[in-house]
Amino acid sequence: MIITINGKQNSFEAEMSVQELLEKTEVDMQEYVTVQLNDEIISRKDFSSIPVRDGDRVEFLYYMGGGQYKKIA
Amino acid sequence: MKFTNEQLERYSRHIILSDVGVSGQKKLLNGKVLIIGTGGLGAPAAMYLGAAGVGTIGLVDADSVDLSNLQRQIIHGTQDVGKPKVLSGKETINQMNPDVDVVTYHEYATSANILDIIRDRDYDFIIDGTDNFPVKFLINDACVMLKKPFSHAGIIRFQGQTMTFLPGEGPCYRCVFKNPPPPDAVPTCQQAGVLGVMGGVIGTIQAAEAIKYLLGVGDLLNGSLLTYDAAKMEFRKIKITRDPECAVCGDHPTITHLIDYELKACSFSPAGRHEESKEI
Repeated sequence: MIITINGKQNSFEAEMSVQELLEKTEVDMQEYVTVQLNDEIISRKDFSSIPVRDGDRVEFLYYMGGGQYKKIA
Repeated sequence: MKFTNEQLERYSRHIILSDVGVSGQKKLLNGKVLIIGTGGLGAPAAMYLGAAGVGTIGLVDADSVDLSNLQRQIIHGTQDVGKPKVLSGKETINQMNPDVDVVTYHEYATSANILDIIRDRDYDFIIDGTDNFPVKFLINDACVMLKKPFSHAGIIRFQGQTMTFLPGEGPCYRCVFKNPPPPDAVPTCQQAGVLGVMGGVIGTIQAAEAIKYLLGVGDLLNGSLLTYDAAKMEFRKIKITRDPECAVCGDHPTITHLIDYELKACSFSPAGRHEESKEI
């Protein structure tokens, strides 16, 4: 089956959960990445129960900050 | 407002644009944009907005210019090292364009001052040029509460992202990213580095959003997250939608007061080395 991840087509042998997809694709910062499945953001608590199917579009959206945490004067 | 001959010449390339014209240039000169953070993103944004003749530009930053800033924060020069960034920024903008009233706020944005700063000149549009997540969430929440449009952006390594929030017209930052990540969970520019031009590309897009908003032309990045990968030279515009259950802009908001998330002073990185706070 084909899943489009961040705009690129990827081939997988079998259906899997969002959580399994995260692990299989070795996504960076798995604990913090936002996952959008077919234009809908998935709640983290549903990662293990929601399946990713043939033809689905998945976006991994990453926190992007810049400098770093700092003390406010 | 009547244009002087000098203004007609200065803004002539705007004025001949059918989407700007004399009336659009007047909107820019009457426009008020607040830029929070005068670093990698805020520097180019402030310069283009100043050059464009945005009449009032507010700059918020408590930092002073550091030599390591100059690789990307092009509003500051070598002679400015040690000078408050807001002052250095004001000088650069006014050298370019004396039409601009630059208002400086030499302080960090916090829950205690951000609403007053935004209300100070009743800014039309806010640009998030900050380097850390607690303040990014603070700006989002303050703008949602005050119903002010703003542009979010972040940069790291060869990557950048930006989105625009318009009140009542699409998602806020918190619809996509629910809470700040724990300190040290996400790499920072000081740890991971950032290509100097990233701020230029993304900060200039933020300035373009502000200008389009003031003019009322074109489509903005509300409902989209624009990502830029400079290594692959790839832009992607990802559709994002408002979350009706969003904690701040949702139908039943649970966040009704501003939050100062704990700002851990990164004394220890995972590698255990000492790090000081830095602007992006």
